[in-house]
Amino acid sequence: MAETRFTKDHEWVRLEDDGTATVGITDHAQQALGDVVFIELPDADRELADGESCAVVESVKAASDVYAPLAGTVVENNPLLGEDPSLVNRDAEGEAWFFRMEPNDPEQFNELMDADGYQSFLETL
Amino acid sequence: MSENSPQSLDKIQAPVGRTSLHALHLELGARMVPFAGYDMPLQYPAGIMTEHLHTRTRCGLFDVSHMGQVRLVPRSGAVRDAALALERLVPADIGGLAAGRQRYALLTDDNGGILDDLMVANLGDSLLVVVNAGCKVADVAHMNANLSDACEVEFLEDRALLALQGPEAEAVLSTLLPEAREMRFMDMRRFNLDGQELTVSRSGYTGEDGYEIGLPGSFADEFARRLLAIPGVLPIGLGARDSLRLEAGLCLYGSDLGLDTSPVEAALEWSIQKSRRAGGARAGGYPGATLIQNQLDQGAPRRRVGLRAEGRAPLRGGAPLFLPDAPGVEVGRVSSGAFGPSLQAPVAMGFLRADLAEPGTRLVSELRGRAVAVTVSAMPFVPATYKR
Repeated sequence: MAETRFTKDHEWVRLEDDGTATVGITDHAQQALGDVVFIELPDADRELADGESCAVVESVKAASDVYAPLAGTVVENNPLLGEDPSLVNRDAEGEAWFFRMEPNDPEQFNELMDADGYQSFLETL
Repeated sequence: MSENSPQSLDKIQAPVGRTSLHALHLELGARMVPFAGYDMPLQYPAGIMTEHLHTRTRCGLFDVSHMGQVRLVPRSGAVRDAALALERLVPADIGGLAAGRQRYALLTDDNGGILDDLMVANLGDSLLVVVNAGCKVADVAHMNANLSDACEVEFLEDRALLALQGPEAEAVLSTLLPEAREMRFMDMRRFNLDGQELTVSRSGYTGEDGYEIGLPGSFADEFARRLLAIPGVLPIGLGARDSLRLEAGLCLYGSDLGLDTSPVEAALEWSIQKSRRAGGARAGGYPGATLIQNQLDQGAPRRRVGLRAEGRAPLRGGAPLFLPDAPGVEVGRVSSGAFGPSLQAPVAMGFLRADLAEPGTRLVSELRGRAVAVTVSAMPFVPATYKR
């Protein structure tokens, strides 16, 4: 079973069996944003630095940046989000993944929060 | 994730104020945000998109009690004296405003800029003025300084203000106030309900038919609950209020209007009636009159326009505007923008070089380093459904 970790910027990262990492925003983030109307995703082959702004989520009211949780290269982005951005409001931690990336250093994944750690973090907000 | 802040709800001070409906907002599960010094509902659990569409198809109830309500009571006893006094501060015709009618007006400054936009109603014995929350303290001081000889300026801080908007608003309000049905757009009437004085105007900030209801703060919670109990009425937050007014082409003070915009630049000449223009019975006599009359005659160098961007990503306030063949030369700037839920497309307004202001003009803006095609569009984006 692939493991999922979390960032303080409310992204989730799932390390897949093939070594790639799937990235999305958490249910908490989706709720905070409200109705999402547009999502700009990084294209395949884009190289991302750790913490680099790499996607934008537009709700009715505001634009919010999404940051790369790991350094690496984008493999593909989720075409479903272009057709129906509101998918992120319905299934943020499932169907509405943002992109898949090849991490430069797989060890970096282990520095992110696990599910319990993220829950505790949310309680401090 | 983090919010970058090009949003129009950014006139934020310390959240100290609470309206009479604060407890009700919390009970309804509202997400509260600081706005103009008040803790206000941004949205309820239904969400901005649903709240917006519900207001366009049925009926929405808004708490706008943060706005300022001011009564100008003429010292002479004749309301016309209060009206003529107020004309010292606004370019609108207030002297000619009939009893029971309301009109949009602008407080101008000596440079022809806009201090605030407001609604002025003639109650028969006095004027009722509704001003923006963020400007109300300054507006009251301004009116006190300039009108005290002719009127008593009463800041009605203990009164609440609700807006009931949408195609079902008439049927809803008529269940409590049957005579509200007879009112036309921009009528203002006083009602008595259970011994409470209500000031009701048929107007609003959504482009829909509807009412704004001033009432004692102590009665607001009960009155709001009675409205919300009527089928079809949903509470609506400031988020949808902003997208509704934007689709209706209505200005937001602080984003689309300010000290650096004149009434002519803001395309609000219609709020300066003939009697106040050159050759009129009471021409001029308001702050900035010379400059504004000059612009009425010759036009202003830039003009507020509607803007539609290609795609689904909304342009936000501050985005620059260029001509397609001259991408380096800024010809305008977006003043406010959002996603329009009724249009399912981004909508914006902005200020543009006046010679380019014709609807259909093709422009380019920049969004996160990418060019976005923009077309100047007639406003309102969604047709108004006022009961004229």
